[in-house]
Amino acid sequence: MSFYPLLIVLLLMSAVGYWFGSKKALNTVRKSTNFITPRPHQFGLYVVIWALVPPVILSAIWGMLQVAPLQIEAGTLRQIDQVVFPVLLLLATGAGLYFAILRINPDLRVRRTIEGLVYVILILASIISILTTVGIVLSLLFETIQFFGKVPMSEFFFGLNWSPQTALRADQVGSSGAFGSVPLFTGTLLITFIAMCVAVPLGLLSAVYMTEYASSKFRAVVKPLLEILAGIPTVVYGFFAALTVGVFFRDLGDSLGIDVVSESALAAGVVMGMMIIPFVSSLSDDIIMAVPQSLRDGSYGLGATKSETIRKVILPAALPGIVGAVLLAVSRAIGETMIVVMAAGFAANLTANPLQAVTTVTVQIVGLLVGDQEFDSAKTLAAFALALVLFIVTLCLNVIALMVVRKYREEYD
Amino acid sequence: MPIQAEENVENRSNAEHGVIISTRDVNVYYGDNHALHGVSLDINKHQVTSLIGPSGCGKSTYLRCLNRMNDTVDSCRVTGEILLDGVDIYGPSVDEVLLRARVGMVFQKPNPFPKSIYDNVAYGPRIHGLADNKDDLDEIVLTSLEKAGLIKEVQDRLHSSGTGLSGGQQQRLCIARALAVRPDIILMDEPCSALDPIATAKVEELIDELKENYTIIIVTHSMQQAARISQRTAFFHLGEIVETGDTEKLFTSPTDKRTQGYITGRFG
Repeated sequence: MSFYPLLIVLLLMSAVGYWFGSKKALNTVRKSTNFITPRPHQFGLYVVIWALVPPVILSAIWGMLQVAPLQIEAGTLRQIDQVVFPVLLLLATGAGLYFAILRINPDLRVRRTIEGLVYVILILASIISILTTVGIVLSLLFETIQFFGKVPMSEFFFGLNWSPQTALRADQVGSSGAFGSVPLFTGTLLITFIAMCVAVPLGLLSAVYMTEYASSKFRAVVKPLLEILAGIPTVVYGFFAALTVGVFFRDLGDSLGIDVVSESALAAGVVMGMMIIPFVSSLSDDIIMAVPQSLRDGSYGLGATKSETIRKVILPAALPGIVGAVLLAVSRAIGETMIVVMAAGFAANLTANPLQAVTTVTVQIVGLLVGDQEFDSAKTLAAFALALVLFIVTLCLNVIALMVVRKYREEYD
Repeated sequence: MPIQAEENVENRSNAEHGVIISTRDVNVYYGDNHALHGVSLDINKHQVTSLIGPSGCGKSTYLRCLNRMNDTVDSCRVTGEILLDGVDIYGPSVDEVLLRARVGMVFQKPNPFPKSIYDNVAYGPRIHGLADNKDDLDEIVLTSLEKAGLIKEVQDRLHSSGTGLSGGQQQRLCIARALAVRPDIILMDEPCSALDPIATAKVEELIDELKENYTIIIVTHSMQQAARISQRTAFFHLGEIVETGDTEKLFTSPTDKRTQGYITGRFG
């Protein structure tokens, strides 16, 4: 039997189980002398749980067996898959149903079974998301170890030259690649730095305006508008950067007699900064709002002006939280891909000049994995090494930021 | 109401205590909500005046009119006349920020800034430029802490955080912080409601000492407290002043039935 008919049969069986279960419960409960008993629909659910949990567990076991195939002949395997497994499944369901209906009596603690299942489902949900993260990290790790088997660590971490073009065949030209990642990380840092120079002042000042100066009506209108910025897909920012801002900076440079390339780090950084403004402002907004009104009152009560109160009481009190927000924004900027793919350069220049093109880690990862590649060449594996380093950096930033923010929150609770 | 207020002006308790704040027909609106109805009250210099009344009667609202703290609330509107030494504090020539340096305020919940004890007290003098140099500032901070009766407890840890003190110490720190700006008048909005009885006793003792040099207006929910520390008392009810007078007289022989009902615990 194939999957869907089987599923429908199972669901039908459990529906029938629900109906019988609640009906039987209604009869027995009515006769019961107990004052408070579980409600009939809870008995029904109890029967459904007994009907569905065994087949689900069986299927899970079956699925795992197929990941590591047994040494059985193909014909027999198909037979098991088509006949034995569905029969087993239906038998398990039927047995569960029968057992559960048989057990129904007013003293049965069905609530405990139902709550237990809810508990298990919740735990499974969180375990799956954690396991996914672990899985990603492990896959990065193994590929990275493989990469370092081909390219020495010292070259990757300290090499100043990045040119990962390895040849597909031995007779091609330029078969040796260079895998020094320093220019990529300096490029990432340069663009991130420019982005923060744009996002932090603008985001912070707009947060101060929104929380301390704006009237509630103005706030109600403008805050959602500001947050629209956060909803724009990054690819749109990307071509805005590539087609508008980059060209603008180049033309501006031309008119001033400075040589600015059109995919300059400046253009990519500025646009990335714009993308991050709502991120910084909305986090800082929450943090500034969390500074208790009593501190503002205390400051005003001593004859401080609004700007004195903001500078000397509110911002210092909110500083740890703002630092946390900025760190989160930095990690966001470092990991940002689409804008830099479209607006930043592809050549790995080791430079601190924002008017030149630089490339970033994320751009190179995209570049390495696009197109036909062998999955065991140093070129492809380099992407995993880069991704792992990037992941570790942003993870550390996030952890520090969250710790800072949490510590700050506790202070006023 | 205004008629009764006129009477109160006449039976002013101590002739040597002149009137420092005089309010006439003060109305406060929060949006459409009319919170104070034509309140008239005189506050005598170097005395403790307590404002009592059930919750929501407008006593805190009235207090916050006296240093224009209500200005920080968007929807709030104040009408009437509030004279401080004969100058209308809602008049065009008065800067509410500077007014608040002269009329200090201590709040219900202790609200030290998350700074050191020293910086908390030095905050006001610094923003108003009251000290020319470090020594002056030290002097102001130490005398303020001394006046607030806190110096013995904190002199070894002036540079540790003000939020690490106990509730009662925090409240006295807030009083020291207010004193450091050298105000004439100190408004206190239920300063002891978050404190235990021992800390309350200390703050009350302090208020009693401070009245030698400062005019104190205190909002309190505790009638015993009003009776213990104040010379004059005003009873608010539903946004109006019901009765004002010498504390002793108001508590022993109130003239209004509502006052009598409140102080004997029949409502409120």
